Amino acid sequence: MTNLPSATEKKLGLAIDLDTCVGCHACVISCKEWNTSNYGAPLSDVDAYGASPVGTFLNRVHTFEIKADNRPAQTLHFPKSCLHCEDAPCVTVCPTGASYKRTQDGIVLVNEDDCMGCGLCAWACPYGAREMDAEAGIMKKCTLCVDRIYNENIPEEDRVPSCVRTCPAGARHFGDFADPDSNVSRLSAERGGVELMAAQKTRPVNRYLPPRPKADVTGDGQIDIPNPFLEAKNQTAKGFLGWLDKALEKI
Amino acid sequence: MSLSSQPQLDTSPDVSDEIRHTTCYMCACRCGINVHMKNGKVKYIEGNKDHPVNKGVLCAKGSAGIMQHYSPARLKAPMKRVGPRGSGQFEEISWEEAMETAVSWLAPLRKEAPEKLAFFTGRDQSQSMTGWWAQAYGTPNYAAHGGFCSVNMAAAGIYTMGGAFWEFGAPDWEHTRLFMIFGVAEDHDSNPIKMGIGRLKERGAKIIGVNPIRSGYNAVADEWVGITPGTDGLFILAIIHELLKAGKVDLDYLVRYTNAPFLVNDDPESKDYGLFLRGRNNKPQVMDRKTGKPVAFDRKGVTPDLVKTHKAKGSTWRPVFQLLAEKYLSEENAAENVAGRCGVSADTIRRIAAELAHVAFEEEITIDQPWTDWKGQKHDKMIGRPVSFHAMRGISAHSNGFQTCRALHMLQILLGSVEVPGGFRFKPTYPKPVEAHPAPHCKVTPGAPLDGPHLGYPRGPEDLCLAEDGSAARIDKAFTWDNPLSAHGMMHMVISNAHAGDPYKIDTLFMYMANMSWNSSMNSAGVMQMLTDRDESGEYVIPRIIYSDAYSSEMVAYADLILPDTTYLERHDCISLLDRPICEADAVADSIRWPVVEPDRDVRCFQSVLIELGARLGLPGMVNEDGSPTYKDYADYIQNHERRPGVGPLAGFRGKDGTGKGRGEPNPNQIQAYIDNGGFWIDHIPPEAAYYKPWNAAYQDWAVERGLYDKPQPYLFQLYVEPLARFQRAARGHGDIQPPEHLRQHILENMEPLPSWRPPFEDTAVDTEEYPFHALTQRPAAMYHSWGSQNAWLRQIHGANPLYVSGEIFARYGFKDGDWAWVTSRHGRIKVPVVRMDALNANTVWTWNAIGKRAGAWALDEKAPEATRGFLLNHLISELLPPKKDGMRWSNSDPVTGQAAWFDLRVKIERADPGNGVSQPHAPTQKSPVGQGPDTIAYGGDLK
Amino acid sequence: MYPAPSVILFTSLSGIGFGLLAWLGTGHPAVTYLTAFTFFFLAYGLAVGGLLASVFHLGNKINAFKAFSQWRSSWLSREGIMAVASLLVMAPYAIGEIFFGQQWPLFGWLGAAGAVTTVFTTSMIYTQMQTVPRWNSPLTPVLFLLYALGGGALLAGQTGVAMLLLIALGLVQALNWYLGDGAFAAAGHTLETATGMAGLGRMRLLEPPHSSPNYLMKEMVFVVGRKHVRKLRMISMVLLVLLPVLILLLAPAAHVLVGIAVLSHLAGVFVARWLFFAQAEHVVGLYYDMR
Ligand SMILES: Nc1nc2c(c(=O)[nH]1)N[C@H]1C(S)=C(S)[C@@H](COP(=O)(O)OP(=O)(O)OC[C@H]3O[C@@H](n4cnc5c(=O)[nH]c(N)nc54)[C@H](O)[C@@H]3O)O[C@H]1N2
Ligand SMILES: Nc1nc2c(c(=O)[nH]1)N[C@H]1C(S)=C(S)[C@@H](COP(=O)(O)OP(=O)(O)OC[C@H]3O[C@@H](n4cnc5c(=O)[nH]c(N)nc54)[C@H](O)[C@@H]3O)O[C@H]1N2
Ligand code: SF4
Ligand code: SF4
Ligand code: SF4
Ligand code: SF4
Ligand code: SF4
Ligand SMILES: [Mo]
Repeated sequence: MTNLPSATEKKLGLAIDLDTCVGCHACVISCKEWNTSNYGAPLSDVDAYGASPVGTFLNRVHTFEIKADNRPAQTLHFPKSCLHCEDAPCVTVCPTGASYKRTQDGIVLVNEDDCMGCGLCAWACPYGAREMDAEAGIMKKCTLCVDRIYNENIPEEDRVPSCVRTCPAGARHFGDFADPDSNVSRLSAERGGVELMAAQKTRPVNRYLPPRPKADVTGDGQIDIPNPFLEAKNQTAKGFLGWLDKALEKI
Repeated sequence: MSLSSQPQLDTSPDVSDEIRHTTCYMCACRCGINVHMKNGKVKYIEGNKDHPVNKGVLCAKGSAGIMQHYSPARLKAPMKRVGPRGSGQFEEISWEEAMETAVSWLAPLRKEAPEKLAFFTGRDQSQSMTGWWAQAYGTPNYAAHGGFCSVNMAAAGIYTMGGAFWEFGAPDWEHTRLFMIFGVAEDHDSNPIKMGIGRLKERGAKIIGVNPIRSGYNAVADEWVGITPGTDGLFILAIIHELLKAGKVDLDYLVRYTNAPFLVNDDPESKDYGLFLRGRNNKPQVMDRKTGKPVAFDRKGVTPDLVKTHKAKGSTWRPVFQLLAEKYLSEENAAENVAGRCGVSADTIRRIAAELAHVAFEEEITIDQPWTDWKGQKHDKMIGRPVSFHAMRGISAHSNGFQTCRALHMLQILLGSVEVPGGFRFKPTYPKPVEAHPAPHCKVTPGAPLDGPHLGYPRGPEDLCLAEDGSAARIDKAFTWDNPLSAHGMMHMVISNAHAGDPYKIDTLFMYMANMSWNSSMNSAGVMQMLTDRDESGEYVIPRIIYSDAYSSEMVAYADLILPDTTYLERHDCISLLDRPICEADAVADSIRWPVVEPDRDVRCFQSVLIELGARLGLPGMVNEDGSPTYKDYADYIQNHERRPGVGPLAGFRGKDGTGKGRGEPNPNQIQAYIDNGGFWIDHIPPEAAYYKPWNAAYQDWAVERGLYDKPQPYLFQLYVEPLARFQRAARGHGDIQPPEHLRQHILENMEPLPSWRPPFEDTAVDTEEYPFHALTQRPAAMYHSWGSQNAWLRQIHGANPLYVSGEIFARYGFKDGDWAWVTSRHGRIKVPVVRMDALNANTVWTWNAIGKRAGAWALDEKAPEATRGFLLNHLISELLPPKKDGMRWSNSDPVTGQAAWFDLRVKIERADPGNGVSQPHAPTQKSPVGQGPDTIAYGGDLK
Repeated sequence: MYPAPSVILFTSLSGIGFGLLAWLGTGHPAVTYLTAFTFFFLAYGLAVGGLLASVFHLGNKINAFKAFSQWRSSWLSREGIMAVASLLVMAPYAIGEIFFGQQWPLFGWLGAAGAVTTVFTTSMIYTQMQTVPRWNSPLTPVLFLLYALGGGALLAGQTGVAMLLLIALGLVQALNWYLGDGAFAAAGHTLETATGMAGLGRMRLLEPPHSSPNYLMKEMVFVVGRKHVRKLRMISMVLLVLLPVLILLLAPAAHVLVGIAVLSHLAGVFVARWLFFAQAEHVVGLYYDMR
């Protein structure tokens, strides 16, 4: 199973909108919460109340700062989970066949019954999307909530990943990138969705929608809005009252 | 191996045995949650899609509820202290012994001197109940946390427009096109704001964030204004200056809906200087443009003037708007003249003013929805100005916060963007003018209830809470000349005043859900000292402390008697219209919590305990004539208590048949009806009542029907706040109730009826050359004050907090990654790790709030990063200002409302030797009354 | 990368073990009976011991046997198969030498080829990692083979060829360090490409995702100080090549000294292998701004 399917029927994945993500970590915890008691072994927390707690998470949010000349520095929240790559190196390196990419929908999964916990797949993933669970000794990764998205025991509208359902800002979108008309394909096309580390040739399915250009300016004199609206009609209070008197007539 | 041999997955596993709908309490946002139960345990918590607050989404804290509910820090049984205060040594006792002990302390006090009980509650959501209890007990010393939280925002909003930002209103997310957000990291409306911002992004609306720190909402804002802390008032007034100069104000709106035309006495010699001209019925007068005569403002058909000066009764009377224009058109408010102090360029100020004007007046929106105003005039459309604002503690937690918040409301009103499509909208039970609120009460009669509700909105000096001799009637000195409009009390002063015996000594301090020895106090080390100080006789200076907490917090160690509460999943609660409900701008709504899990420890819902305590004390309303308890427990109270006939804690499903909305007799099946309905009740406002609520006849009638008011109460927005002028009047020597001499000037300066800006007190009290930097805190989205640190999942995100230092400061002091710094204020000194941040106001440093923990608290290892590297900024903040020339020390609060001025703090910084890598000060380890959490958890393995 | 002792042991020991087997299989030296037993005991001991050590690294050992299943795509799987196959094929050869005093060259040469291939497959586990530019180079297999054959030759007492191989090893190792130091930059991965946010400005990490460490950071974001690297490289070069070559050159017959040369070489291998892992920069470190 470590061979990759030459093509998958669907390419399910996430479009993550960095223009909207406020970095609240809701997706991080919701993911942990869903996955710890669903697919496979629980996501453990070692030294949970101690000096150096280390837990398994399938989705984490980094915060970066971007500095360019002549504009104030910018903060960027950056959630990261498995990108369900088309050429997933994590799959081909796996010696046991535990890692595989589903032919139906392209989801990359670890079949925990087969995993021997060698960690090689985590080495092969450029994005840090795989974490070995210290308690179970088994490789964990984002399942794209495969046990939610088709789950007939939950209402149809809830058949989306836990992180998508919970995101308060609506920054996470789930859909089929193989379908050019899907919500995610359209969003990605409109907003110039990017691949991460394209040079790694992993062909990630997930797309990141870059932040829209900021309106910030530091330099003075850059008034880009129709300023006639601020044309000073009334330099003094007296003048103002005169204007007011006239304006009131019109009401 | 062929690809078809991919594993067969069960993609439809059973999620849970049952879903129970209740209300989250990982913070005060009150989102609806679906608690999935499996094998009797909580398996998964998700947002309730039908719920008005969160519509299905959930924040990190909410999703981490499992870890809170099963936290090892949960208290297990009532306890009495056996070691010295602060040591953490306790002995578990029975509930009977706990109740008897409490009664033996409280019963004699009530007979002799009820004020010797100070009962203060934290961020609970049962203030209508706890306040009712305290009133029945008879102590004047009751309040909740609002005084240290954001009372500036609440009071400024209510005095100005009958409702505040906070969680009492929201932008019209569906229509607004330009949204400005001032000083917000999270707010109480955490999820709704995030959802709203997401919606604005979807719609392509512009967001401007005004905040010294560019994180969270400011990170996604299209434009960031990295303002200098404490100067928003200047910035806002400059925008107003520019708008006035350009005539970009909504005159029609001002004339109709505000007191802009009211005539004000402008004769400094007159004893009524600053007050409104009033006619018969005491109604404020306006000038009718048609007749040129003053008439009652609400006379039908009047077209009020905003310009003309009027001479009458030997004085000059001028319309509010004239005073306003004069004040803000003055050059001191010009963009150029404030730019330097604000750290915002004059061009930016002008451009933002221009954008506001452009969107408000050129992109006006209309909704085809006829409506009728309170004067009976019909309108065929709803017209709106799609600019909206939101603000929170960034502007309110300063000592100039009240006036800054007022200034912002003035800006909103001048733009005509409150309660209109695209603007800011109130959530029922607001709008509600000052007149609809009680005034504060403080009259004590031993053995009897207080003369009325404790908290309220003073209309003038006569409403202050003063003893005969003019001293403070309340232990927190709320509603005194120092802080006349302290509408939420001043919880942050209770411990230090009680310790000082000023204004008097108390006997028992009874607190609930507030970590007062730690993160909710200024000067935390000092407070710990005050709580453990003994007098000459060896007794504690504050003799008795009763505390209710659910977890092993820092405060637990300082109490004598612990009443352990349940977790939020184990108890009944109501999020009531009498308190802080879950309404949306389009609907009235309230909700409940109910025990979706039964407690497995000897703990009890605090409100039930309070009700039983009340019954044992024989408090009126809590015992029947035969002396038996009126209410079995809190659930019984929620269902059967009536505040006014037909109006009780829950508004939904009232009446015997459960059809009553807002009004109706108690329904014995009400709680079940809520449970069946998903844990909440909602009733939508009819479309014709959706906007213009203060002046909309349909809304007013609907609100009366729903029991929000007993009669329609349309009102006008108060650009000019006359109650403030009444205090100034007294300060000028008029009237019977007079301020002490040393406060006259203070009152005159700070209680201006038209908003103005003054520098934060700390800026004038310390040498700003010596303490050049501003130091702030922010709430992390994934942590709730101190109570998230016991949470195994959340503490991995925020287990320690660095001090973020602006790139400029970082470079100037030669800091490198991994460095430590000494940070010193006029009050204290801390040693902390630093991290560089460029997206930060150049003169500012900040950290996440309340991450630092005392070693031994919260069932954490004493070496936990929270206790070693984590720290509190609170050690640098004093509850008092430096002594004045006359030796007086004023509280470090807003002079109008008493709001704790957390963000006025000035500091200096220097590089420090990291030493052992432990932040300083480091409080000694306490003993954990609940032991320590397990090493490893792997939750949910048994819940597949 | 985290220099896990089990993995250092595994690659170092099994490398030398298979190297020794390769020499033995080709009859260098051609030994019999007790001597053969000693040599094969050593060779098998190193190879199998190394393999066992690698099993210690596994989180879920009960599934270790499944590692043989994915030879079509996985170098680790291939390595497992090759290792076992070589050891099996070499067995009759060893039996012949030990018990019958006979060389059965077919098994010997096949086994030797298998042993070399095993080392190659091991090296490919690392070489294939595009995520670790320092490893992702044709020099990696060359290096691994030189380690195995050089060390093997030393153990096999092939003084002349050992000297040559060790010198070659020293040169290739030095080249590998030199090229490796520039490999990450040459691969062109930056925080901007990692986030896809090129063109917005200079990026840096403001706040890591969690204040707590995690598996990724421990496993893949291991950082060693430059100062230590230089020192360790020198030490390893001395132990790995210089000292053994000097001994072989000056006192090729002194048993004790040759023993020291072997131990010195082994120690050098450990240090170099520690560096091989510890210095390897994984691209995921970009997200932690630790590259
Ligand atoms: N430096 C600085 N300090 C600040 C602020 C700041 O911005 N900067 N903000 C201030 C503000 S606005 C506030 S509101 C305060 C908040 O400060 P606190 O009100 O002290 O807030 P918490 O830390 O949440 O603590 C509340 C206590 O309630 C307990 N608790 C939690 N759940 C339950 C329950 O179900 N039942 C009971 N009985 N107890 C429970 C917790 O264990 C904890 O001990 O902090 C203030 N302090
Ligand atoms: N996740 C989470 N949510 C919470 C809480 C929590 O602890 N965690 N606490 C709840 C409570 S009790 C409260 S009171 C609310 C408070 O909600 P917020 O008001 O959002 O709370 P703060 O974190 O104090 O945020 C203050 C913001 O103001 C900025 N600021 C400081 N000084 C100035 C200034 O002079 N001008 C401007 N423009 N900005 C300034 C700070 O940078 C910061 O971003 O949050 C509630 N919600
Ligand atoms: S939940 Fe949404 S907004 Fe919050 S961090 Fe995740 S993606 Fe960003
Ligand atoms: S992101 Fe990483 S784990 Fe996911 S498919 Fe791609 S390489 Fe594999
Ligand atoms: S850790 Fe498990 S899934 Fe990953 S490569 Fe090894 S066996 Fe395969
Ligand atoms: S899709 Fe599911 S598993 Fe993947 S990050 Fe989201 S919640 Fe986690
Ligand atoms: S905002 Fe989060 S913690 Fe607060 S009530 Fe909602 S889900 Fe719970
Ligand atoms: Mo607060």
